[in-house]
Amino acid sequence: MAAFGESLHAAVQLVVGLDAALAGVVSLSLAVSASASVLAAGFGLAGGAWLAVARFPGQRALVALLNTLLALPSVVVGLAVYLLLSRSGPLGDWGILFTPSAMVIAQTILVLPVVTALTRQLVADAAHGNGEQLRSMGAGAFMSALLLLLHERLALVTVLLTAFGRAISEVGAVMIVGGNIDGVTRVMTTAIALETSKGDLPLALGLGLVLLAVVGAINVAIALVQRLHLMREGAAR
Amino acid sequence: MNNGSALIELRGASVRFGKVTALAEAHFVLRPNERVVLVGSNGSGKTTLLRALHGQIALHGARRVAGGREPTQAMVFQRPFLLRLSVWHNLMIALWLAGVPARERAARALQSLERVGLADQRPRPARVLSGGQQQRLALARAWGVRPRVLFLDEPTASLDPHAKREVEALIEAFAAEGMTVVMSTHNLGQAKRLATRVVYLEAGRIVVDLPTALFFDQSLPEAAAQFVKGESPWQ
Repeated sequence: MAAFGESLHAAVQLVVGLDAALAGVVSLSLAVSASASVLAAGFGLAGGAWLAVARFPGQRALVALLNTLLALPSVVVGLAVYLLLSRSGPLGDWGILFTPSAMVIAQTILVLPVVTALTRQLVADAAHGNGEQLRSMGAGAFMSALLLLLHERLALVTVLLTAFGRAISEVGAVMIVGGNIDGVTRVMTTAIALETSKGDLPLALGLGLVLLAVVGAINVAIALVQRLHLMREGAAR
Repeated sequence: MNNGSALIELRGASVRFGKVTALAEAHFVLRPNERVVLVGSNGSGKTTLLRALHGQIALHGARRVAGGREPTQAMVFQRPFLLRLSVWHNLMIALWLAGVPARERAARALQSLERVGLADQRPRPARVLSGGQQQRLALARAWGVRPRVLFLDEPTASLDPHAKREVEALIEAFAAEGMTVVMSTHNLGQAKRLATRVVYLEAGRIVVDLPTALFFDQSLPEAAAQFVKGESPWQ
Protein backbone atom coordinates (compact mmCIF):
# COMPACT_ATOMS: atom_id res chain seq x y z
CA MET A 1 0.00 0.00 0.00
CA ALA A 2 2.91 2.28 0.86
CA ALA A 3 4.48 1.55 -2.53
CA PHE A 4 1.21 2.39 -4.23
CA GLY A 5 0.97 5.65 -2.30
CA GLU A 6 4.54 6.51 -3.22
CA SER A 7 3.88 5.72 -6.86
CA LEU A 8 0.83 7.93 -6.89
CA HIS A 9 2.87 10.72 -5.36
CA ALA A 10 5.63 10.15 -7.94
CA ALA A 11 3.11 10.18 -10.75
CA VAL A 12 1.51 13.42 -9.57
CA GLN A 13 4.95 15.02 -9.19
CA LEU A 14 5.96 13.90 -12.68
CA VAL A 15 2.81 15.25 -14.26
CA VAL A 16 2.50 18.46 -12.25
CA GLY A 17 6.21 19.20 -12.58
CA LEU A 18 5.91 18.87 -16.37
CA ASP A 19 9.03 16.75 -16.38
CA ALA A 20 10.65 17.24 -19.80
CA ALA A 21 11.89 13.65 -20.08
CA LEU A 22 8.44 12.35 -19.17
CA ALA A 23 6.80 14.70 -21.69
CA GLY A 24 9.15 13.36 -24.37
CA VAL A 25 8.35 9.76 -23.51
CA VAL A 26 4.58 10.43 -23.42
CA SER A 27 4.57 12.37 -26.68
CA LEU A 28 6.62 9.70 -28.46
CA SER A 29 4.25 7.00 -27.14
CA LEU A 30 1.26 8.94 -28.40
CA ALA A 31 2.87 9.70 -31.77
CA VAL A 32 3.97 6.10 -32.43
CA SER A 33 0.70 4.49 -31.33
CA ALA A 34 -1.50 7.09 -33.03
CA SER A 35 0.45 6.69 -36.30
CA ALA A 36 0.16 2.91 -36.08
CA SER A 37 -3.57 3.15 -35.35
CA VAL A 38 -4.15 5.52 -38.28
CA LEU A 39 -2.18 3.27 -40.64
CA ALA A 40 -3.99 0.17 -39.40
CA ALA A 41 -7.31 2.00 -39.73
CA GLY A 42 -6.53 2.85 -43.36
CA PHE A 43 -6.12 -0.79 -44.29
CA GLY A 44 -8.25 -2.42 -41.59
CA LEU A 45 -11.47 -0.45 -42.06
CA ALA A 46 -11.56 -1.01 -45.81
CA GLY A 47 -10.37 -4.62 -45.53
CA GLY A 48 -12.74 -5.53 -42.71
CA ALA A 49 -15.73 -3.95 -44.41
CA TRP A 50 -14.94 -5.67 -47.68
CA LEU A 51 -14.51 -9.02 -45.93
CA ALA A 52 -17.95 -8.55 -44.38
CA VAL A 53 -19.80 -8.14 -47.66
CA ALA A 54 -17.71 -9.93 -50.30
CA ARG A 55 -18.14 -13.62 -51.07
CA PHE A 56 -15.18 -15.59 -52.41
CA PRO A 57 -13.65 -19.06 -51.99
CA GLY A 58 -11.57 -19.32 -48.83
CA GLN A 59 -13.34 -16.42 -47.14
CA ARG A 60 -14.20 -18.42 -44.03
CA ALA A 61 -10.62 -19.62 -43.69
CA LEU A 62 -9.41 -16.04 -44.01
CA VAL A 63 -11.84 -14.87 -41.32
CA ALA A 64 -10.71 -17.70 -39.03
CA LEU A 65 -7.08 -16.71 -39.61
CA LEU A 66 -7.93 -13.08 -38.94
CA ASN A 67 -9.65 -13.96 -35.67
CA THR A 68 -6.63 -16.05 -34.68
CA LEU A 69 -4.36 -13.08 -35.30
CA LEU A 70 -6.30 -11.13 -32.67
CA ALA A 71 -4.17 -12.98 -30.14
CA LEU A 72 -0.93 -12.24 -31.99
CA PRO A 73 1.80 -11.94 -29.32
CA SER A 74 3.55 -8.60 -29.49
CA VAL A 75 7.00 -10.15 -29.01
CA VAL A 76 6.42 -12.37 -32.05
CA VAL A 77 5.54 -9.30 -34.12
CA GLY A 78 8.60 -7.53 -32.72
CA LEU A 79 10.82 -10.44 -33.61
CA ALA A 80 9.41 -10.73 -37.14
CA VAL A 81 9.82 -7.01 -37.80
CA TYR A 82 13.31 -7.13 -36.26
CA LEU A 83 14.31 -9.93 -38.65
CA LEU A 84 12.88 -8.00 -41.61
CA LEU A 85 14.57 -4.71 -40.71
CA SER A 86 17.88 -5.99 -39.34
CA ARG A 87 20.93 -5.27 -41.46
CA SER A 88 20.93 -8.80 -42.92
CA GLY A 89 17.14 -8.84 -43.38
CA PRO A 90 15.26 -8.22 -46.64
CA LEU A 91 14.39 -4.65 -45.60
CA GLY A 92 17.73 -3.95 -43.93
CA ASP A 93 18.55 -1.30 -46.56
CA TRP A 94 15.85 0.93 -45.12
CA GLY A 95 18.06 1.45 -42.07
CA ILE A 96 15.16 2.14 -39.75
CA LEU A 97 15.73 -0.49 -37.05
CA PHE A 98 15.83 1.12 -33.58
CA THR A 99 13.91 4.16 -34.81
CA PRO A 100 10.32 5.25 -34.14
CA SER A 101 9.48 4.26 -37.75
CA ALA A 102 10.26 0.64 -36.96
CA MET A 103 8.08 0.90 -33.86
CA VAL A 104 5.20 2.27 -35.96
CA ILE A 105 5.53 -0.63 -38.41
CA ALA A 106 5.52 -3.20 -35.60
CA GLN A 107 2.51 -1.68 -33.86
CA THR A 108 0.65 -1.34 -37.17
CA ILE A 109 1.08 -5.07 -37.79
CA LEU A 110 -0.02 -5.75 -34.22
CA VAL A 111 -3.26 -3.75 -34.36
CA LEU A 112 -4.21 -4.37 -37.98
CA PRO A 113 -6.00 -7.67 -37.14
CA VAL A 114 -7.86 -5.90 -34.31
CA VAL A 115 -9.21 -3.17 -36.59
CA THR A 116 -9.95 -5.58 -39.44
CA ALA A 117 -11.69 -8.26 -37.35
CA LEU A 118 -13.82 -5.85 -35.32
CA THR A 119 -14.76 -3.84 -38.41
CA ARG A 120 -15.69 -7.04 -40.26
CA GLN A 121 -17.97 -8.11 -37.43
CA LEU A 122 -19.56 -4.69 -37.10
CA VAL A 123 -20.23 -4.31 -40.82
CA ALA A 124 -21.40 -7.93 -41.15
CA ASP A 125 -23.98 -7.29 -38.43
CA ALA A 126 -25.11 -4.09 -40.16
CA ALA A 127 -25.23 -5.83 -43.55
CA HIS A 128 -27.41 -8.62 -42.21
CA GLY A 129 -30.84 -7.89 -43.62
CA ASN A 130 -29.75 -4.51 -44.97
CA GLY A 131 -27.17 -5.53 -47.55
CA GLU A 132 -29.93 -6.65 -49.90
CA GLN A 133 -31.52 -3.21 -49.75
CA LEU A 134 -28.22 -1.59 -50.70
CA ARG A 135 -27.75 -4.07 -53.54
CA SER A 136 -31.30 -3.35 -54.65
CA MET A 137 -30.37 0.34 -54.89
CA GLY A 138 -27.43 -0.52 -57.12
CA ALA A 139 -24.53 -0.73 -54.66
CA GLY A 140 -21.95 -3.43 -55.39
CA ALA A 141 -20.03 -5.24 -52.66
CA PHE A 142 -17.35 -2.57 -52.25
CA MET A 143 -19.81 0.32 -52.30
CA SER A 144 -22.03 -1.47 -49.77
CA ALA A 145 -18.98 -1.90 -47.56
CA LEU A 146 -18.15 1.81 -47.73
CA LEU A 147 -21.75 2.85 -47.02
CA LEU A 148 -22.01 0.51 -44.06
CA LEU A 149 -18.73 1.93 -42.72
CA LEU A 150 -20.25 5.37 -42.96
CA HIS A 151 -23.41 4.07 -41.29
CA GLU A 152 -21.45 2.54 -38.39
CA ARG A 153 -19.00 5.41 -37.98
CA LEU A 154 -19.80 6.00 -34.31
CA ALA A 155 -19.18 2.39 -33.37
CA LEU A 156 -15.99 2.45 -35.44
CA VAL A 157 -14.61 5.09 -33.10
CA THR A 158 -14.70 2.44 -30.39
CA VAL A 159 -12.86 0.03 -32.70
CA LEU A 160 -10.15 2.62 -33.28
CA LEU A 161 -9.91 3.31 -29.57
CA THR A 162 -9.50 -0.41 -28.92
CA ALA A 163 -6.71 -0.53 -31.51
CA PHE A 164 -5.02 2.51 -29.99
CA GLY A 165 -5.30 0.98 -26.53
CA ARG A 166 -3.69 -2.23 -27.74
CA ALA A 167 -0.89 -0.29 -29.43
CA ILE A 168 -0.03 2.10 -26.63
CA SER A 169 -0.10 -0.59 -23.95
CA GLU A 170 2.12 -3.16 -25.66
CA VAL A 171 5.76 -3.45 -24.75
CA GLY A 172 7.20 -6.51 -26.49
CA ALA A 173 7.29 -5.27 -30.07
CA VAL A 174 8.52 -1.73 -29.40
CA MET A 175 11.18 -3.02 -27.04
CA ILE A 176 12.60 -5.37 -29.69
CA VAL A 177 12.48 -3.06 -32.72
CA GLY A 178 12.95 0.22 -30.87
CA GLY A 179 15.62 -0.82 -28.40
CA ASN A 180 14.36 1.52 -25.64
CA ILE A 181 16.98 4.16 -26.47
CA ASP A 182 16.69 7.12 -24.11
CA GLY A 183 15.36 10.19 -25.93
CA VAL A 184 15.02 8.32 -29.22
CA THR A 185 12.79 5.26 -28.91
CA ARG A 186 11.83 5.17 -25.25
CA VAL A 187 8.08 5.07 -24.80
CA MET A 188 5.96 4.72 -21.67
CA THR A 189 5.77 0.92 -21.65
CA THR A 190 9.50 0.39 -22.27
CA ALA A 191 10.28 3.03 -19.63
CA ILE A 192 8.07 1.16 -17.14
CA ALA A 193 9.86 -2.13 -17.97
CA LEU A 194 13.23 -0.42 -17.50
CA GLU A 195 12.36 1.22 -14.18
CA THR A 196 10.96 -2.10 -12.92
CA SER A 197 14.15 -3.92 -13.85
CA LYS A 198 16.13 -1.18 -12.04
CA GLY A 199 13.97 -1.72 -8.97
CA ASP A 200 12.45 1.75 -9.12
CA LEU A 201 8.93 0.47 -8.57
CA PRO A 202 7.29 3.77 -7.55
CA LEU A 203 8.48 5.46 -10.73
CA ALA A 204 7.42 2.45 -12.80
CA LEU A 205 3.96 2.46 -11.20
CA GLY A 206 3.80 6.22 -11.60
CA LEU A 207 4.49 5.89 -15.32
CA GLY A 208 1.84 3.20 -15.46
CA LEU A 209 -0.69 5.58 -13.96
CA VAL A 210 0.27 8.27 -16.45
CA LEU A 211 -0.26 5.73 -19.23
CA LEU A 212 -3.70 4.87 -17.86
CA ALA A 213 -4.56 8.55 -17.50
CA VAL A 214 -3.60 9.26 -21.13
CA VAL A 215 -5.74 6.40 -22.45
CA GLY A 216 -8.53 7.36 -20.04
CA ALA A 217 -8.51 10.97 -21.25
CA ILE A 218 -8.78 9.87 -24.88
CA ASN A 219 -11.58 7.51 -23.95
CA VAL A 220 -13.50 10.27 -22.19
CA ALA A 221 -13.02 12.62 -25.15
CA ILE A 222 -14.42 10.03 -27.56
CA ALA A 223 -17.32 9.22 -25.24
CA LEU A 224 -18.13 12.94 -25.15
CA VAL A 225 -18.11 13.17 -28.94
CA GLN A 226 -20.46 10.17 -29.14
CA ARG A 227 -22.72 11.63 -26.46
CA LEU A 228 -22.86 14.96 -28.28
CA HIS A 229 -23.86 13.16 -31.46
CA LEU A 230 -26.61 11.25 -29.67
CA MET A 231 -27.83 14.46 -28.04
CA ARG A 232 -28.01 16.11 -31.46
CA GLU A 233 -30.03 13.14 -32.75
CA GLY A 234 -32.27 13.33 -29.69
CA ALA A 235 -32.84 17.05 -30.26
CA ALA A 236 -33.85 16.29 -33.84
CA ARG A 237 -36.66 13.98 -32.71
CA MET B 1 -39.15 -13.06 -74.92
CA ASN B 2 -42.28 -14.85 -76.02
CA ASN B 3 -44.73 -12.22 -74.84
CA GLY B 4 -43.90 -9.01 -76.64
CA SER B 5 -45.56 -6.77 -74.07
CA ALA B 6 -44.06 -8.44 -71.00
CA LEU B 7 -41.61 -6.41 -68.93
CA ILE B 8 -40.31 -9.31 -66.86
CA GLU B 9 -41.04 -12.99 -67.25
CA LEU B 10 -40.24 -15.99 -65.08
CA ARG B 11 -40.36 -19.45 -66.60
CA GLY B 12 -40.14 -22.44 -64.32
CA ALA B 13 -38.31 -20.37 -61.73
CA SER B 14 -37.37 -22.19 -58.54
CA VAL B 15 -35.48 -20.90 -55.52
CA ARG B 16 -34.12 -23.17 -52.81
CA PHE B 17 -32.55 -22.25 -49.49
CA GLY B 18 -30.78 -25.44 -48.49
CA LYS B 19 -33.49 -28.11 -48.38
CA VAL B 20 -36.34 -25.58 -48.33
CA THR B 21 -38.01 -24.72 -51.61
CA ALA B 22 -39.05 -21.10 -51.33
CA LEU B 23 -40.33 -20.84 -54.88
CA ALA B 24 -41.31 -23.80 -57.04
CA GLU B 25 -41.57 -23.80 -60.83
CA ALA B 26 -43.06 -20.33 -60.99
CA HIS B 27 -44.37 -19.01 -64.28
CA PHE B 28 -45.07 -15.31 -64.11
CA VAL B 29 -45.45 -12.58 -66.70
CA LEU B 30 -45.39 -8.94 -65.65
CA ARG B 31 -46.87 -6.53 -68.17
CA PRO B 32 -46.54 -2.74 -68.30
CA ASN B 33 -48.83 -0.69 -66.04
CA GLU B 34 -50.04 -3.71 -64.10
CA ARG B 35 -50.63 -3.51 -60.38
CA VAL B 36 -49.97 -6.99 -59.14
CA VAL B 37 -50.56 -7.87 -55.50
CA LEU B 38 -49.06 -11.06 -54.10
CA VAL B 39 -50.95 -12.61 -51.20
CA GLY B 40 -50.47 -15.72 -49.12
CA SER B 41 -49.58 -16.86 -45.64
CA ASN B 42 -46.19 -16.26 -44.04
CA GLY B 43 -43.57 -18.38 -45.79
CA SER B 44 -45.70 -18.86 -48.89
CA GLY B 45 -43.00 -17.37 -51.13
CA LYS B 46 -44.26 -13.83 -51.73
CA THR B 47 -40.97 -12.12 -50.87
CA THR B 48 -38.96 -14.72 -52.78
CA LEU B 49 -41.10 -14.15 -55.86
CA LEU B 50 -40.57 -10.39 -55.52
CA ARG B 51 -36.81 -10.88 -55.20
CA ALA B 52 -36.79 -13.24 -58.16
CA LEU B 53 -38.67 -10.74 -60.32
CA HIS B 54 -36.33 -7.98 -59.15
CA GLY B 55 -33.33 -10.11 -60.13
CA GLN B 56 -31.93 -10.05 -56.62
CA ILE B 57 -31.76 -13.78 -56.11
CA ALA B 58 -30.17 -16.74 -57.87
CA LEU B 59 -32.80 -19.04 -59.34
CA HIS B 60 -33.16 -22.21 -61.36
CA GLY B 61 -35.20 -21.68 -64.47
CA ALA B 62 -35.38 -18.57 -66.58
CA ARG B 63 -35.86 -14.87 -65.90
CA ARG B 64 -36.24 -12.77 -69.01
CA VAL B 65 -36.61 -9.04 -69.45
CA ALA B 66 -38.07 -7.10 -72.36
CA GLY B 67 -35.53 -6.59 -75.11
CA GLY B 68 -32.85 -8.23 -72.96
CA ARG B 69 -32.43 -4.95 -71.08
CA GLU B 70 -33.34 -4.64 -67.41
CA PRO B 71 -36.16 -2.11 -66.96
CA THR B 72 -35.36 0.57 -64.36
CA GLN B 73 -36.49 -0.93 -61.07
CA ALA B 74 -36.69 -0.02 -57.41
CA MET B 75 -37.75 -1.96 -54.37
CA VAL B 76 -39.25 -0.78 -51.10
CA PHE B 77 -38.96 -3.10 -48.13
CA GLN B 78 -41.14 -3.59 -45.08
CA ARG B 79 -38.47 -1.99 -42.88
CA PRO B 80 -36.48 0.39 -45.05
CA PHE B 81 -32.76 0.58 -44.33
CA LEU B 82 -31.83 4.20 -43.84
CA LEU B 83 -28.25 5.29 -43.33
CA ARG B 84 -27.39 7.25 -40.17
CA LEU B 85 -27.42 10.43 -42.21
CA SER B 86 -29.92 13.17 -42.90
CA VAL B 87 -33.05 12.64 -44.97
CA TRP B 88 -31.44 14.67 -47.74
CA HIS B 89 -28.20 12.67 -47.81
CA ASN B 90 -30.08 9.38 -47.82
CA LEU B 91 -31.91 10.50 -50.91
CA MET B 92 -28.83 11.93 -52.64
CA ILE B 93 -26.90 8.69 -52.05
CA ALA B 94 -29.77 6.61 -53.45
CA LEU B 95 -29.88 8.76 -56.58
CA TRP B 96 -26.10 8.57 -56.90
CA LEU B 97 -26.20 4.77 -56.62
CA ALA B 98 -28.92 4.68 -59.27
CA GLY B 99 -26.67 6.61 -61.63
CA VAL B 100 -28.66 9.86 -61.73
CA PRO B 101 -26.30 12.47 -63.22
CA ALA B 102 -24.77 14.86 -60.64
CA ARG B 103 -26.29 17.98 -62.24
CA GLU B 104 -29.81 16.54 -61.89
CA ARG B 105 -29.43 14.98 -58.46
CA ALA B 106 -30.33 17.87 -56.15
CA ALA B 107 -33.38 18.92 -58.16
CA ARG B 108 -34.56 15.32 -58.39
CA ALA B 109 -34.05 14.80 -54.66
CA LEU B 110 -36.07 17.87 -53.81
CA GLN B 111 -38.81 16.84 -56.23
CA SER B 112 -38.91 13.38 -54.66
CA LEU B 113 -39.20 14.74 -51.13
CA GLU B 114 -41.94 17.14 -52.20
CA ARG B 115 -43.71 14.24 -53.89
CA VAL B 116 -43.98 12.34 -50.59
CA GLY B 117 -44.48 15.42 -48.40
CA LEU B 118 -41.11 15.31 -46.65
CA ALA B 119 -39.44 18.41 -48.11
CA ASP B 120 -39.45 20.14 -44.73
CA GLN B 121 -37.71 17.15 -43.13
CA ARG B 122 -34.56 17.47 -45.28
CA PRO B 123 -32.02 18.22 -42.55
CA ARG B 124 -33.37 15.77 -39.98
CA PRO B 125 -31.57 12.48 -39.30
CA ALA B 126 -33.46 9.88 -41.31
CA ARG B 127 -33.56 7.38 -38.47
CA VAL B 128 -35.48 9.67 -36.13
CA LEU B 129 -38.43 9.91 -38.52
CA SER B 130 -41.61 8.06 -37.60
CA GLY B 131 -42.28 4.66 -39.20
CA GLY B 132 -44.67 6.19 -41.74
CA GLN B 133 -42.23 8.97 -42.61
CA GLN B 134 -39.40 6.46 -43.02
CA GLN B 135 -41.52 4.47 -45.44
CA ARG B 136 -42.39 7.65 -47.33
CA LEU B 137 -38.68 8.44 -47.54
CA ALA B 138 -38.09 4.94 -48.93
CA LEU B 139 -40.82 5.63 -51.49
CA ALA B 140 -39.18 8.96 -52.35
CA ARG B 141 -35.89 7.14 -52.82
CA ALA B 142 -37.60 4.73 -55.19
CA TRP B 143 -39.64 7.39 -57.01
CA GLY B 144 -36.52 9.51 -57.56
CA VAL B 145 -35.03 6.73 -59.65
CA ARG B 146 -38.05 6.96 -61.99
CA PRO B 147 -38.52 3.20 -62.04
CA ARG B 148 -40.49 1.45 -64.73
CA VAL B 149 -41.22 -1.28 -62.18
CA LEU B 150 -41.68 -0.72 -58.46
CA PHE B 151 -41.49 -3.70 -56.11
CA LEU B 152 -42.95 -3.33 -52.64
CA ASP B 153 -42.52 -5.96 -49.94
CA GLU B 154 -45.29 -5.52 -47.36
CA PRO B 155 -44.70 -1.76 -47.32
CA THR B 156 -47.46 -1.01 -44.82
CA ALA B 157 -47.14 -4.05 -42.55
CA SER B 158 -45.62 -2.25 -39.58
CA LEU B 159 -47.45 1.07 -39.91
CA ASP B 160 -50.37 2.56 -38.00
CA PRO B 161 -53.64 3.05 -39.93
CA HIS B 162 -52.95 6.72 -40.71
CA ALA B 163 -49.45 6.07 -42.04
CA LYS B 164 -50.81 3.03 -43.88
CA ARG B 165 -53.33 5.23 -45.71
CA GLU B 166 -50.63 7.79 -46.61
CA VAL B 167 -48.33 5.14 -48.04
CA GLU B 168 -51.18 3.44 -49.88
CA ALA B 169 -52.22 6.76 -51.43
CA LEU B 170 -48.66 7.30 -52.65
CA ILE B 171 -48.47 3.83 -54.18
CA GLU B 172 -51.75 4.46 -55.94
CA ALA B 173 -50.51 7.82 -57.23
CA PHE B 174 -47.24 6.28 -58.48
CA ALA B 175 -49.19 3.57 -60.30
CA ALA B 176 -51.46 6.22 -61.81
CA GLU B 177 -48.34 7.92 -63.18
CA GLY B 178 -47.65 4.77 -65.19
CA MET B 179 -45.38 2.82 -62.86
CA THR B 180 -45.81 -0.94 -62.94
CA VAL B 181 -46.28 -2.11 -59.38
CA VAL B 182 -45.73 -5.52 -57.79
CA MET B 183 -46.53 -5.63 -54.10
CA SER B 184 -46.81 -8.28 -51.43
CA THR B 185 -49.28 -7.85 -48.61
CA HIS B 186 -51.35 -9.70 -46.03
CA ASN B 187 -54.04 -7.09 -46.30
CA LEU B 188 -56.75 -8.29 -48.67
CA GLY B 189 -58.57 -4.96 -48.49
CA GLN B 190 -55.42 -3.34 -49.78
CA ALA B 191 -55.24 -5.91 -52.56
CA LYS B 192 -58.82 -5.10 -53.51
CA ARG B 193 -58.15 -1.37 -53.52
CA LEU B 194 -54.80 -1.31 -55.31
CA ALA B 195 -54.48 -4.36 -57.52
CA THR B 196 -55.45 -5.02 -61.11
CA ARG B 197 -54.34 -8.62 -60.61
CA VAL B 198 -53.99 -10.79 -57.53
CA VAL B 199 -51.62 -13.72 -57.19
CA TYR B 200 -52.07 -16.22 -54.37
CA LEU B 201 -49.08 -18.30 -53.32
CA GLU B 202 -48.92 -21.33 -51.13
CA ALA B 203 -45.81 -23.26 -50.10
CA GLY B 204 -43.75 -21.55 -52.80
CA ARG B 205 -46.23 -22.25 -55.59
CA ILE B 206 -48.40 -19.83 -57.52
CA VAL B 207 -51.84 -21.33 -56.94
CA VAL B 208 -54.09 -18.53 -58.22
CA ASP B 209 -53.31 -15.72 -60.65
CA LEU B 210 -56.42 -13.73 -61.57
CA PRO B 211 -57.64 -10.21 -62.31
CA THR B 212 -58.73 -8.63 -59.04
CA ALA B 213 -62.47 -8.72 -59.72
CA LEU B 214 -62.35 -12.41 -60.58
CA PHE B 215 -60.12 -13.24 -57.62
CA PHE B 216 -62.65 -11.95 -55.14
CA ASP B 217 -65.76 -13.16 -56.98
CA GLN B 218 -64.79 -16.49 -58.48
CA SER B 219 -64.79 -19.73 -56.58
CA LEU B 220 -61.18 -20.25 -55.62
CA PRO B 221 -59.28 -23.39 -54.75
CA GLU B 222 -59.98 -24.50 -51.17
CA ALA B 223 -56.79 -23.10 -49.56
CA ALA B 224 -57.08 -19.75 -51.35
CA ALA B 225 -60.78 -19.48 -50.46
CA GLN B 226 -59.95 -20.12 -46.80
CA PHE B 227 -57.23 -17.48 -46.95
CA VAL B 228 -59.63 -14.93 -48.39
CA LYS B 229 -62.12 -15.78 -45.66
CA GLY B 230 -59.41 -15.09 -43.14
CA GLU B 231 -58.76 -18.67 -42.19
CA SER B 232 -55.42 -20.39 -42.28
CA PRO B 233 -55.32 -23.31 -44.74
CA TRP B 234 -54.01 -25.69 -42.09
CA GLN B 235 -56.85 -25.03 -39.61
